Amino acid sequence: MAVRPEPFGALLYHFGTRRLSFLKNATVLTVVRSLAEYPSARVACAAAGVTAAALPAYERALATLADSQMIRERPRPEGTGP
Amino acid sequence: MTPAAQAPERPAAPGLERPAAPVPRLVEQFERGLAAPICLTWELTYACNLACVHCLSSSGRRDPRELTTAECRSVIDTLERMQVFYVNIGGGEPTVRPDFWELVDYAIAHHVGVKFSTNGIKIDPGVARRLAASDYVDVQISLDGATAEVNDAVRGAGSYATAIRAMRHLMAAGFEGFKLSVVMTRHNVGQLDQLKALADAYGAQLRLTRLRPSGRGADSWPELHLTAGQQRQLYDWLVAHGEQVLTGDSFFHLAPYGGPLPGLNLCGAGRVVCLIDPVGDVYACPFAIHEEFLAGSVRQPGGFGAVWRDSELFAELRRPVGDGKAGAGACRSCQFYDSCRGGCMAAKFFTGLPLDGPDPECVRGFGAAALESVDPAAAPRPALNHSHNGPVRGQAAGPVPVTISPRPPAALRPAVRPAGGCDESPLAGFVPAGAH
Repeated sequence: MAVRPEPFGALLYHFGTRRLSFLKNATVLTVVRSLAEYPSARVACAAAGVTAAALPAYERALATLADSQMIRERPRPEGTGP
Repeated sequence: MTPAAQAPERPAAPGLERPAAPVPRLVEQFERGLAAPICLTWELTYACNLACVHCLSSSGRRDPRELTTAECRSVIDTLERMQVFYVNIGGGEPTVRPDFWELVDYAIAHHVGVKFSTNGIKIDPGVARRLAASDYVDVQISLDGATAEVNDAVRGAGSYATAIRAMRHLMAAGFEGFKLSVVMTRHNVGQLDQLKALADAYGAQLRLTRLRPSGRGADSWPELHLTAGQQRQLYDWLVAHGEQVLTGDSFFHLAPYGGPLPGLNLCGAGRVVCLIDPVGDVYACPFAIHEEFLAGSVRQPGGFGAVWRDSELFAELRRPVGDGKAGAGACRSCQFYDSCRGGCMAAKFFTGLPLDGPDPECVRGFGAAALESVDPAAAPRPALNHSHNGPVRGQAAGPVPVTISPRPPAALRPAVRPAGGCDESPLAGFVPAGAH
């Protein structure tokens, strides 16, 4: 997967699925780039300055990206999680 | 050429709007141009084993100035730096270049995916297996009729059999979802259902493009382009099947019939689309090989990146609609201007119509009316001609006699299968924000 910054946000490209997605603002780009650094998507959104009111829109956007395999859940370490 | 001429299809865009200030619609963002093309067509050679009557690049003979292998690698290095995620390679017939497979491997190794257009001449079982094994390569087989009679009249004797053989090899190798690419003509528009069934039968996806009066098409367009009634027929078919076929930006001029079709509803030239020709010249779009649309050369200092970024032509094409090269002009007052946006620049140019006038295939008939007052002899001629000088191998010397058969009864209609997002071009699935 590759990220190409653009004036409106960024283009994402998945070489395996040959699928392109658009990140339509800089904040969601920041969120996507920082997902790996935070324990959860919610924390990453908060760190990028996403307000509680705006959160649902970001949740939907990230869900769309997950559906198209642009992002995926990281494997859980042994013995953690439900 | 094999029409690799690609426009981006439909992007999958997360439904996100900026919480505070509204972001301009994606289509408007595209009109201003991107940091690098999404859809770059790269014609590797003017050499071709065929002599299609509508070839948009008047291909046939190799040009001695064509980019060398080293120069092609350097272009790929640039594309990697610019993050051009994939290229649409065409020609000519790109696979006849001796270094074709080497360049494909080089591109893939440098994170530039490849989709190449071919008439199928080099797709044997071994090549098909190799292609099927790579996620990074996509193949587009050109075929302009569901029957040999209709196809071969345009593409030459034996070309139908060659394409079908290639598709058989691809299917046998397990290559799913390659593309079957069809230029719509007066003679194959009645075969839309058959063409769809043919693509389905080989596990391919159908791609339909518009015939432009470019290259040798400048001469064959008057006899081959769709009639007004056929344009309507195509529009209705696309409304019914558009989610399963790819069309790029081919048919945005039909939108005034009743609303935008799936696909990119704007001219991408110089904004998200451009062409690198075999000698390294960069044009605004694959259908516009003429000095008027020449932006520069990859051989100039700064290479392709500088051309894309700094070309005066591209800057003009990226100016707001109505202000730039294809300004609204006579069409500005038309109530449908917002949907057709004045149509295709190249189609206007090579039919002798002013760039700020109607498209020759304007669905309201303004183009047809305007054409009546144009002296065809005065229309600009395609700038380059690499057509074969003599007879083409395997082809009869004269015109190929053709019988157009009536459309057979609807055979088994394949199960409806949605276009897989961005199978062809990443823009598949794109619905402009605010379109609903």
